[in-house]
Amino acid sequence: MVPNPMRPAPGPGIAARQAVMALCADASRPELEAAVSALDAPVAEDLRLPETGLVMATGRIGGDGRPFHVGEVSVTRAAIRLADGATGFAYHLGRDRPKARLAAILDALWQDPARRPRVEAALACAARRADEARRQAARRTAATRVEFLTVARGED
Amino acid sequence: MYVAVKGGEAAIDNAHRLLAEARRGDPAVPELSVAQIREQMALLVDRVMTEGSLYDPDLAALALKQARGDVVEAVFLVRAYRTTLPRFGGSVPVETGAMAVDRRVSATFKDLPGGQVLGPTFDYTHRLIDFALAAEGEIAPAAEAEPRADAATCPRVTDLLARDGLIEPSPPDDGAPVGDLTREPVDYPADRALRLQALARGDEGFVLGLAYSTQRGYGRTHPFVGEIRVGDVAVEFVPEELGFAVPLGRVTLTECQMVNQFKGSGAVPPQFTRGYGLAFGQSERKAMAMALVDRALRAEELGEAVASPAQDQEFVLAHCDSLQATGFVEHLKLPHYVDFQAELELVRRLRAEFSRDLDSVQEAAE
Repeated sequence: MVPNPMRPAPGPGIAARQAVMALCADASRPELEAAVSALDAPVAEDLRLPETGLVMATGRIGGDGRPFHVGEVSVTRAAIRLADGATGFAYHLGRDRPKARLAAILDALWQDPARRPRVEAALACAARRADEARRQAARRTAATRVEFLTVARGED
Repeated sequence: MYVAVKGGEAAIDNAHRLLAEARRGDPAVPELSVAQIREQMALLVDRVMTEGSLYDPDLAALALKQARGDVVEAVFLVRAYRTTLPRFGGSVPVETGAMAVDRRVSATFKDLPGGQVLGPTFDYTHRLIDFALAAEGEIAPAAEAEPRADAATCPRVTDLLARDGLIEPSPPDDGAPVGDLTREPVDYPADRALRLQALARGDEGFVLGLAYSTQRGYGRTHPFVGEIRVGDVAVEFVPEELGFAVPLGRVTLTECQMVNQFKGSGAVPPQFTRGYGLAFGQSERKAMAMALVDRALRAEELGEAVASPAQDQEFVLAHCDSLQATGFVEHLKLPHYVDFQAELELVRRLRAEFSRDLDSVQEAAE
């Protein structure tokens, strides 16, 4: 049977691939453009034209119980194949089709172990920026940490 | 029955051109950009996302610009837009326990693992108009502090109570399919998941009013805010072609855990009961109101009398959607000439019969 390029077999290293996908989702389009242009990627053809759609976001009753539908999120997806045969996929919040396509190219490049260190180096700048933004948000939040005291009133 | 009318094309076109000009306002005043609305009217954007039931801050900001700031009109635009998009599927349920909290407060415990953080809040402000905001100017940067060691893990307050069995557990995930009111009309009685979906997208004013009514005695539930948390959570989706959870990015959510008075039985000792609220963005009032109404709607399940509007699920669910409500109310202003002509003829005939009857009574009396 001919392997279906739309169904790559899940293998080990999924968590690392998910981490790179998360990084691309957090990054801005210019950051991904810079990363792809630094990598002189082979030509990519669309397996599926970048497309915007919806994913129904699900929560859980009480935070930890039965699922329920909170509302939809807009999501843009892209799927590409590089001239050398590698396929890449991206699903991102929002409606930025060029950005999703760039992330799909990076996903394809990253799956090649020979290219992986260069892909991660090209994304290091975006990773640092995202980290610093998160740390700063945490520091600002920490400054609003509150200690409430209870004060007894009246006699006894 | 509504009978259509024709005509008026030129007037309608011109009215829409006039609307475009009115939307823009005084051309001497700089035009708002979508990014300005997204950044500076953020809570309004959050409300449109929540009630429009679509998380997309840029789209909600654009809808607000197009709607001249009218929330319900913006919700209408967002809902109409979503119908043009395919649905890829449902997300993995979001893990609010792993939220990167920007704000977390509890009215039930002052000392919590992870601490309480106020975040950007109107609470404790004096509500005095700040005339300095009328002038443009730099703002002082926010204070910063090194997060304490425990800040990274914030267990839910309800989890802490549950450890000692003091609160009822959440209904377990039995793997059963979850109803979706955007796909199937609601059948009554609706289960709690469906009710929460309806409340999440329901009009904030309507849900707030119902929540308030429970506090005033129309379906009292003795609530405490166990916890409110606001912050970012990761959303994941499992595409068929990949077979593993793909991180889509992060969304801001507000979660409210309401802790309510006890329920017990012969088999179970008394426990606190729960109401739950979850909304897009920083939507604290909405999440709190939702949690109160969620609890009120559980009256039957918890063996309470169903006697008040907020406990009546058909009343609440059928009327909480601002788009449905505005559609039926506002359609009244469209031409109803044929309908009204029929009513006019009827009332004229009734009046004529009334005078004839009166005349014959008088004749008989004479």
